[in-house]
Amino acid sequence: MDEIILTIDNRELSARPGQTILEAALAGGIHIPHLCYDPRLTPTGACRLCLVEIDGLAEPQTACTRLAEQGMIVRTNTNAIRTLRKVILELLLSEHSLRCTTCDKDGDCLLQDYAYEYQIEESRFPSITIQPSGENFTSSSKAIVYDPSKCILCQRCVKICAEVQMAEALTLKGRSGDVQVTTGLEVELKESPCETCGQCVSACPTGALYERAAAGRGKAKDLIKITTTCPYCGVGCQLDLNVNSSTGRIVRVTSEIGCMPNDGNTCVKGRFGMDFVSRNDRLTKPLIRENGLFREASWDEALDRIAARFIEIKKQHGPDALAGLSSAKTTNEDNYIMQKFVRACLGTNNVDHCARLCHASTVAGLARAFGSGAMTNSIEELGRAPLIFVIGSNTTECHPVIGILIRQAVASGSTRLIVADPRRISLSRIAEIHMQQRPGTDVALINCMMNVILKEGLEDKEFIEQRTEDFNALRRAVAENTPKKASKITGVPEEDIRRAARLYASAPSASIVYSMGITQHTTGTDNVLSLANLAMLTGNVGRECTGVNPLRGQNNVQGACDLGALPNVYSGYQRVDDPDIQKKFEKAWNTELPEKPGLTVVEITNAAAEKKIRGLYIMGENPMLSDPDINHVLECLKALDFLVVQDIFMNETTQLAHVVLPACSFAEKDGTFTNTERRIQRVRKAVEPPGEAREDWRILCDLASRMGYTMNYSGAKEVQDEIALLTPIYGGITYDRLDGVGLQWPCPAGDHSGTKFLHEGKFSRGRGKFHAVRFLPPQEMPDDEYPFIFTTGRMLQHWHTGTMSRRCDVLDDLVPHGTLEINPQDALKIGVRDGDKVAVRSRRGRIEVPARLTDRIGPCTVFLAFHFREHPANALTIAALDPIAKIPEFKACAVSVEKL
Amino acid sequence: MPDVQENELDLKPAVSIIEKIEQSRRAENERIRGDDLIPILQEVQKVYGYLPIPVLSWVSERTGISTSRMYGVITFYAQFYLEPHGKHTVRCCRGTACYVRGGRRVINAVKSTLGIDDGETTGDMLFSLETVACLGACALSPVMVVDGTYYGKMTPRRAEQILKQLVEEEA
Repeated sequence: MDEIILTIDNRELSARPGQTILEAALAGGIHIPHLCYDPRLTPTGACRLCLVEIDGLAEPQTACTRLAEQGMIVRTNTNAIRTLRKVILELLLSEHSLRCTTCDKDGDCLLQDYAYEYQIEESRFPSITIQPSGENFTSSSKAIVYDPSKCILCQRCVKICAEVQMAEALTLKGRSGDVQVTTGLEVELKESPCETCGQCVSACPTGALYERAAAGRGKAKDLIKITTTCPYCGVGCQLDLNVNSSTGRIVRVTSEIGCMPNDGNTCVKGRFGMDFVSRNDRLTKPLIRENGLFREASWDEALDRIAARFIEIKKQHGPDALAGLSSAKTTNEDNYIMQKFVRACLGTNNVDHCARLCHASTVAGLARAFGSGAMTNSIEELGRAPLIFVIGSNTTECHPVIGILIRQAVASGSTRLIVADPRRISLSRIAEIHMQQRPGTDVALINCMMNVILKEGLEDKEFIEQRTEDFNALRRAVAENTPKKASKITGVPEEDIRRAARLYASAPSASIVYSMGITQHTTGTDNVLSLANLAMLTGNVGRECTGVNPLRGQNNVQGACDLGALPNVYSGYQRVDDPDIQKKFEKAWNTELPEKPGLTVVEITNAAAEKKIRGLYIMGENPMLSDPDINHVLECLKALDFLVVQDIFMNETTQLAHVVLPACSFAEKDGTFTNTERRIQRVRKAVEPPGEAREDWRILCDLASRMGYTMNYSGAKEVQDEIALLTPIYGGITYDRLDGVGLQWPCPAGDHSGTKFLHEGKFSRGRGKFHAVRFLPPQEMPDDEYPFIFTTGRMLQHWHTGTMSRRCDVLDDLVPHGTLEINPQDALKIGVRDGDKVAVRSRRGRIEVPARLTDRIGPCTVFLAFHFREHPANALTIAALDPIAKIPEFKACAVSVEKL
Repeated sequence: MPDVQENELDLKPAVSIIEKIEQSRRAENERIRGDDLIPILQEVQKVYGYLPIPVLSWVSERTGISTSRMYGVITFYAQFYLEPHGKHTVRCCRGTACYVRGGRRVINAVKSTLGIDDGETTGDMLFSLETVACLGACALSPVMVVDGTYYGKMTPRRAEQILKQLVEEEA
């Protein structure tokens, strides 16, 4: 790349080709006033403030639209320019209501800064009318408020909605002196394509667009920003919690442009989903159940009670009668301490967490094929991948910020997209091919793609030869899977499968992105192995912009797995049944450790019913909504002799506990989360915990000590230091190295800079292993009595069992209850209209829910998100397990639907 | 002219407009793009007389051109109407040249003849009145334009005559 040298205000600066004068000046520390410029957007040139003089040009030029050129001589601050700028500012201010006294953005407003710099005290053009701040498209929005009287029409909001979020909800209406921001056809924000990401608010240089709930809760100067990691999904967005220190409350959420992985963008939950932290129904004191009712107790009493009961159970029934469920919502440090507590203090390997319900099959499948069960490549690479194959992931709703990255990549024209999903998801619309396979037929689909690739000689022979083993087994397995057969099983037209296979195989590099649509099946591990086969067959592993990329669900589900909250491994996937590893941990933890692998989530629940598990400690999980077949879960948990639940709110599971312990939320503690791309990022304390709530790991340490096993740490940092010592993949992680962009494991040493993508040159297990996988149908198929396939999942506005998201005003307002998605043709057959209440029955339960007619979903299939306790999807699901990964089949069971 | 009642709006004309453009794009191996928007809007308005919102929503769904983009364009150009519009459009100039030569009196005469104000449409849906800043024919001032026909050197009386004649033709 040729460097461009130009002179700005008598200073020689360098610029990259394609950089504008404004960008070069800002990078060189020269501030040219600007209001419409945002580094995330294409140049607009609307505000005219960045006018500069360029030698050889008679007229002033806008620095934000003019590219830097070799030898250019630019002056940004001459008297003539300052005079011009002053008039432009006077014009802008004449349309702007000067109410800085009550404006939330006071102190964080570029217009105010420039007005001060240019000393503009009053309007020079009093005849210009200011747009009135009456009713507009935001009037009924709980999220965003627009005040046209503060709007300077820079178009940043309109452009960020179109270019970055790509929702295209906003526009300018009218012309000349009568222009405002509004939605298409001026519908309410909620009725528009708005995704309530709040990117428009983040782009507004004044206070024209603002979070409604933040208004009046503290001006910019009263707010302290604490950078932390989002507690919702596995993308791991970096958020700045803006805390008003006089009230101790989170007022609003912002994010720095340029941060990894989200570049200042958030989704609706990240920006508007934080009010749960300061809700007054937070748990603030330990609770003990007495005569069926909870009463408040001191920490001493509660912990002594737990210690005594656990010791009693252990004495009478042995350590394997105890179990702990860890939490993918809590920090790495919490998870490490949880598994240490279960193993070293309780003396059993019965520890697991909700990863069992989302990506256990990923961990099992990818470990078998590649030797490591994590996302192979990085989020940022998706933005540059020539081809992305999204299968079983509704990325736009479930990993929204990755979703917008894929949208942007496709819109740029350099990325081609294939989608395979039983539902017509948002990404299908921009995909070159959308294969709408029947739920649970993924193996048939992928095997058929490989069949076509082999038949047409599109495989990467060199890669297969040099990097893999067992290719012949695969060849035999897919030989019978012709497009004709696969089309019959999957419902996807033969030609679409062929085209997809060719497109994937012939791309210079291709990334597979998948999620729970692949993993949550009785054939989950097979599905993952098939994707691994497909990637290896075409040499799409171990390079940039390739790979098999599971998008992990929870904010720290990657970390909870990494830190050993699994029944068969310690932290860093070190096996409990390996004697050398066992010795290493026994020495470090100074106690004897069990070598028999423990039970998984669903097995623990079942064992409770059989009285094999008698005491259970649940940290930050809600199996009464999240686990399959909850009527069965209820019976199991009721059968326990003793149940402890540690959480931030009362929920469906705490109701069953004998002791409930109040924990800190993510905003009240220090630690780390590991995101889906293996990036370990800091969580920082922003507010004080409510009442007597305590950090999860401290509660566990205190309890362990009372049970006779001492665990003592001064803070989360010290826990991390122990993790680094015992966990090779986290060996180089220290808190001081995580400031900035964090580190991606494997990071074995203090001088190692982390790993962007895995399996370069060599797979973690040596050679990549092909697995012969054959199609097996889902456990429960539709029949005359239960004619629909029922499939479950998440939606953009809510999170898992709703403990957090349903306590957030904006999110609850956007989606107050669930709806059963049903195809209009099917609905017609059973006489159901949009909004009708229907009864949905499976062999395990019955729920009532309003129907939503949509051709998003294919025929004979219905969909319900599992967030809602009023109509819990998991009352219907089946607890059939994948034989290897023990993941339940959330994505397919048989139900009937009838109108009420 | 198709029925313009929104509850029984006929989408067929819109479908054939879009299909025609899709076809020509397909010939170039392309899909409908953002720069097809203005021609689409013009065609739709030609058939329906204005831009009915249900039609716009359907066009957006079909073409992928967002309603926000449509709305920005529609509200920017004076030629597009979101409300049912009169069969005849009367435009009167209120620019400087017309003003000094009695343009305001012409406008007042049109208003009283048609019984409507600026921007309104007569109850029988025959006439809509628009006043504009300049019609680009100052030499002929004061100017009135009816459905694209320019009438120069207007007087209140002549304006009244022209309109009355049109009314008679419609009767």
